[in-house]
Amino acid sequence: MSKRKYLAGPYLVWSAAFIIMPLLMVVYYGCTTENGSFSLENLLALGDPIHYKAFGMSLTIALASTLICLVIAYPLAYILSKYARQSAGLVVMLFILPMWINFLLRILALQMILSNTGVINAVLGFFGISAKRMMYTKGAILVGMVYDYIPFMILPIYNALVKIDPDVVEAAYDLGAGTALVFRKIIIPLSMPGVISGIIMVFIPSVSEFVVADILGGSKILLFGNVIEQEFNVTSNWHLGSGLSVVLMIFIFLSMAVMNRTGTEEGDRVLW
Amino acid sequence: MSKLWNMTPPGPVRKHGRKGLLAAALCLALSGLTLGCMKSGSGNASSEKLTVFNYGDYVDRATIKMFEKETGIKVNYEEYVTPEDMYTKYKSGVINYDLICSTEYMVEKLVREDELEKIDYSQMENMDNLDPVYMDFCSEFDPGHQYAVPYFFGTVGILYNTEMVDEEINSWGILWEEKYKNQIIMENSIRDAFLVPLKWKGYSLNTENEKELREAQRLLMDQKHLVEAYLVDETRDAMIAGDAALAVTYSGDATEAMDSNDNLDYVVPDEGSNIWFDCWFIPKTCRHKEEAQKFIDFMNREDIAAMNFDYIYYGTPNKAVYDSLDQETREDRTIFPDQDVLDKCEVFSYLGKEMDTLYNRMWKELKSY
Repeated sequence: MSKRKYLAGPYLVWSAAFIIMPLLMVVYYGCTTENGSFSLENLLALGDPIHYKAFGMSLTIALASTLICLVIAYPLAYILSKYARQSAGLVVMLFILPMWINFLLRILALQMILSNTGVINAVLGFFGISAKRMMYTKGAILVGMVYDYIPFMILPIYNALVKIDPDVVEAAYDLGAGTALVFRKIIIPLSMPGVISGIIMVFIPSVSEFVVADILGGSKILLFGNVIEQEFNVTSNWHLGSGLSVVLMIFIFLSMAVMNRTGTEEGDRVLW
Repeated sequence: MSKLWNMTPPGPVRKHGRKGLLAAALCLALSGLTLGCMKSGSGNASSEKLTVFNYGDYVDRATIKMFEKETGIKVNYEEYVTPEDMYTKYKSGVINYDLICSTEYMVEKLVREDELEKIDYSQMENMDNLDPVYMDFCSEFDPGHQYAVPYFFGTVGILYNTEMVDEEINSWGILWEEKYKNQIIMENSIRDAFLVPLKWKGYSLNTENEKELREAQRLLMDQKHLVEAYLVDETRDAMIAGDAALAVTYSGDATEAMDSNDNLDYVVPDEGSNIWFDCWFIPKTCRHKEEAQKFIDFMNREDIAAMNFDYIYYGTPNKAVYDSLDQETREDRTIFPDQDVLDKCEVFSYLGKEMDTLYNRMWKELKSY
């Protein structure tokens, strides 16, 4: 027992140095003012119209991209789960493949595709359709985010679906249930843990996103992540930046707690 | 993704963009090598060596060879990418730099930190070559020219595509015209963006009058629905590709973009703009002050300054060089703005913490508008 504990040593050092310490620092900066006295004003700064507007915008975009991911991913994962393991593995692989490339590069590539003189408009032009403006819009941000995060939605749902015991489904058919009923009463509830994991894994990085908004949104849309980034990089107001980060963390913890709860009520354990 | 107006200056960093990064990586590797050699090899030889620190690819190397040959002083030439890199490296104190070239706000900052040596002009022969017009600008951040000697200068202006804009541009006001909706790229750095409405309305870009600043902010908000994007480094590529008709950008970027796309042109509007300077200065770590001053003087010599001008093609404050240029180059508005426009150009000065806070606040308000 105690010998095995040592094996966790490297990870303990790692997490202390790069997770616990930075977190404590963020909390410390967030709860103090410039002269070092304790204050909650940086947390309450969320009440500033600029900040809650940005927060609302982040939330909207994160929810939208999560929803789009779910709508695309679920049917795909369902179809894949019906395939034989090998051929499904190939398709799943195709979805994971882009994750091997640095995400900033992928976003920059999207820029080339979406811009006024980009690939899509060149194709449209070939068919005599006038150029569409796609870059630097909310749509472009959504495309970027969905493109980036969709593998995180597909994988957990796929995993949950292949784990469903085919006997359970067959039993339902034997007892006279139709396809729709089986899907509603068996497949969906049993895949719920995967769906919840997927939602969490897409929603959480989306809500703190800022780079995609900068590159594909042309910095015209202020997300909560942008506000925090500006406080650190431009204004050098680490206290406010940390305070807002703490608010975001609290929000993420709360939403995870809520989703975990619904997850465990519906099915068994959530996958992640 | 830098948009730190007070940290990323409109200096030659912009000129070299991403290519510059590669070059810089190479330079870093090289400087690492030189460092290694210095440690193992020299010691006494270093007394003859002048350590110069400059932006990447910002001098004609032949001029340095000439300097070494003529004076017998060895030059250890090092390069950096952003002024922040320079600042960090200088402050770390690993290398004792004798002479540095950087942008004017760095001079201001280092003077405030008491990091610079006063320059002794008594032995310099070529100072008269410098144009008083530009020296006057330099007095704004370095009164009495105690610390800095200008090397090159540039402006902020409008880069535009002549195929999409078929009118003469003489005012910043064109950036508020409805017909260019979604074809305008604005500068994504706070003070560079604010200077546009401030100069358009005839205010100083260093104004501390909140009413004027709020008016400028209002104008930027009104303009936002016309703006395609707020960009910094990507502006040049977007303009070369023809993604936008008009862009607020630096003259250095503009020159580069115009090389790649013949339909592009650059203008500094009549209402004036920002003018920036890259200067030579001697830091407190200098051990060869006399040699450093010789180097500065050498850089100001007409033939040397002319070689560097041909190589870099930024505005030169060297009057002797300017006078020897052919008519066409002298009238190149990208490099040398007209005198009456220049009269309305200003150097950015540091406005203090309170104004910083106000600017940041207004910037966030604009972005969330």
